[in-house]
Amino acid sequence: MQRYSNNNDYSVQHGLMEAVMKKVILTTVAGAVMMIQAPLAMSGDLASLRGDNKLEVEAQMFEAKKPLQVEGGFKRSWDLQPPQIPHDISKDRVSLQENTCIRCHSKENHEKEKAPEIGKSHYMTRDGKELTKLSTRRYFCRQCHAPQADAPALVENTF
Amino acid sequence: MTPTSKKRVMMGFASMTLLFGIVLGIILWGGFNWSLAMTNTEEFCISCHEMKDNVYQELQETVHFTNRTGVRATCPDCHVPKEWIYKVKRKIQASAELYHKMLGTIDTKEKFEDYRLTMALSEWKRMKANDSRECRNCHNYESMDLEKQQSRGADQHDPHVWDAMDGKNPTKTCIDCHKGIAHHLPKGWEEAAKKAGL
Repeated sequence: MQRYSNNNDYSVQHGLMEAVMKKVILTTVAGAVMMIQAPLAMSGDLASLRGDNKLEVEAQMFEAKKPLQVEGGFKRSWDLQPPQIPHDISKDRVSLQENTCIRCHSKENHEKEKAPEIGKSHYMTRDGKELTKLSTRRYFCRQCHAPQADAPALVENTF
Repeated sequence: MTPTSKKRVMMGFASMTLLFGIVLGIILWGGFNWSLAMTNTEEFCISCHEMKDNVYQELQETVHFTNRTGVRATCPDCHVPKEWIYKVKRKIQASAELYHKMLGTIDTKEKFEDYRLTMALSEWKRMKANDSRECRNCHNYESMDLEKQQSRGADQHDPHVWDAMDGKNPTKTCIDCHKGIAHHLPKGWEEAAKKAGL
């Protein structure tokens, strides 16, 4: 009895081992299949940062657009729109030390340089207190004002 | 010794002295000019980190460094006069720069920024006093084609170009408007320049 049951125990254990081995083999096979398939799937559906460009072919150069030069400036699209910059600003620098935009657009210089004056709101604190110098929160012109290029829109815009 | 042989010795001595003088003259003069030319290169200017790390980096962003036609202005083209007498005068003044190099007046970025206004003002004063002579080594009112300039620049140049054509002295010189075209501007430059009458 004792022995029989012992035998029985053994066969049960053996059956369990077989099941585990089966699972291990299955997982291994599945893993191997995945590993072979994964790069295939990547090249097909997922694009790398390089895109479809082949390594041995040189990347396509993008066409650099020159900034638009418009006499009289751009029309605003809505009343409070920050006016867009109708000239090249590649040589302009805005830093802690200097702001080359205000060489022409400041209260003092705009008449002499025949340039549009910086808005009065730019000489005010947020509490409406008037300042003699450009407010620090308006100092970085390109935060709101941008030059324009004659390029097709990247995203459709119906504004 | 007979008087004739004495005379001969004297003559020999005189000619030797003359020859020695000429040779020494050539060596010294040549050496002087050679060292002038040596210190008149961009390589020499940026051998000091004060120039290389600050103003030279700024120059590289500008049209005087790279442009459409591939002409480049290096440090001495704008900062050292071409004519000999003015060049020597500037070189003598530059000995003050050696003194400040030893003192370390501008040996950090912060010190350089603090001192930038002083340096810029002195250079603007020099250029205003000599009618922007170094600009004019390349740029001339007479050779400007206003048609090819942008309308804003052309408008501003126009009266001066006509003055120059008529043989009159233009009322403005380059540096009056063109400050900070090759280097960054110092903080508070506009007020300081106005105060100094530049």
